[in-house]
Amino acid sequence: MTHSISLTVNGTRREIELNDPRVTLLDLLRERLQLTGTKKGCDRGQCGACTILVDGKRINSCLALAISHDDAEIVTIEGIARGDQLHPVQAAFIACDGFQCGFCTPGQIMSAIGLMREGQAGVDPERIREGMSGNLCRCGAYAGIVDAVLEAQACQTEANQRRSA
Amino acid sequence: MKMFDYVKPATLAEAVAAAAQPGAAYIAAGTNLLDLMKGGVSRPDRLVDVTHLPGLDRIEHLPDGGVRIGALVSNAGLAHNADFAKAYPAVAEALLSGASAQLRNAATVGGNLLQRTRCAYFYDTASRCNKREAGSGCDAREGENRLHAVLGWSATCIATHPSDFCVPLAALDAVVEIEGKNGRRELPLDELYRLPGDTPERDNVLEPGDLIVAVRLPPVSRNFAAHARYLKVRERTSYAFAVVSVAAALQIENGRISEARLALGGVAAKPWRASAAEQVLKGATPDAANFREAAQSALTDAKPSGDNAFKIELARRVMVRALSLAATGTPARMPALPASVFASNSGALHA
Repeated sequence: MTHSISLTVNGTRREIELNDPRVTLLDLLRERLQLTGTKKGCDRGQCGACTILVDGKRINSCLALAISHDDAEIVTIEGIARGDQLHPVQAAFIACDGFQCGFCTPGQIMSAIGLMREGQAGVDPERIREGMSGNLCRCGAYAGIVDAVLEAQACQTEANQRRSA
Repeated sequence: MKMFDYVKPATLAEAVAAAAQPGAAYIAAGTNLLDLMKGGVSRPDRLVDVTHLPGLDRIEHLPDGGVRIGALVSNAGLAHNADFAKAYPAVAEALLSGASAQLRNAATVGGNLLQRTRCAYFYDTASRCNKREAGSGCDAREGENRLHAVLGWSATCIATHPSDFCVPLAALDAVVEIEGKNGRRELPLDELYRLPGDTPERDNVLEPGDLIVAVRLPPVSRNFAAHARYLKVRERTSYAFAVVSVAAALQIENGRISEARLALGGVAAKPWRASAAEQVLKGATPDAANFREAAQSALTDAKPSGDNAFKIELARRVMVRALSLAATGTPARMPALPASVFASNSGALHA
């Protein structure tokens, strides 16, 4: 039996026919929409490599059925830069050496964007580490990752202050 | 993953009818169920998706002073609801000490209550497990069992219930609202769960088609807001299940404890209410000696189910520390590391 769903992926509305209800959001993105920036690490919700934003919130796309997300708005790593202009969190990861091999990086960046939107951590390194604990990095780039989130958060705060001044 | 039929009911009644069929299971976020299905541990023929059912995603402050939490409220949505976190700080702290931020954004209240044990032998389909396959045996008894139950276990099953959220809920007399084939009913959370006995394959008393629609906390639970903590020992600082955890909530009047609420996590197949310890504390002064006496009485019936005798003494010490933290007072802001023993003011009692 075929099920139809609509998704907005990185700003583009997509009508999708699912002939198998078992497809996760992760597999839909990677295998059917050719958005392979979102990575499959453990596929069991333990590593965070598959983190995306769904309706503005970060989740593990490996533990979400696509069929259950009709009408959802999805943002992946491919959807955050503006043309050649990197998203501030992407730029901060480069500036702070927030990665080595890069496999976990899309998930780290999407998780960091989610964390900043949640507004619970601010510029407290301990709260950032706690808030990013769902993203594992086997290269151990954690120090750079925390620095990158701190820098991105500081940039955002500064930009907000400029805007409200 | 085994193929399944996908059903998306428009009403509660349709959902109950669809899920009452043999082989059917409800799915909300699926953060536990999909994991189990990928591993072949759960093999439903039909999934009944309840995520779009109306009216189940609200936090309602009731006229009597209680609160009603819809089953589809997310863990993060509840923990970060400012009014809720202020009134029930130990519940918010427990929620934020569980899983990861991504999982908390997806996982729901109802699903949290019904999550399955993380016993490795339950997950490993090559192992014998009476919970996964009734009557097949229990490889945990002679296996790696240092994290298994020390209370309420049986010869057939020594698994623990993994929820953090349920521990303060049990302490604070939460009530579960259930929609079933014969309409709506409610149960104290404590009566939702079954101890393993000879039938560990049944985690709870729910019947086919039963759907948890809400969890309520009674008006008196908010009287503990000034002295309520959750403390959780883990094998790493964050993103790990409890080795042992304690929810401690006190009312302190004129230097004495007028009411105490206590429950343990990670020690049994259900969140373990420590009623005897509460009685020890009622009317007592909030000091180390009384906390130790309470902790002693909470673990009177505990016995190791394997290489886990340490958990009994650990549970006593975590309870003493949780009580000490609760007596000190609920912090004005959620700690950076919720429920962690590594927090800057960890409540350690030194002789």
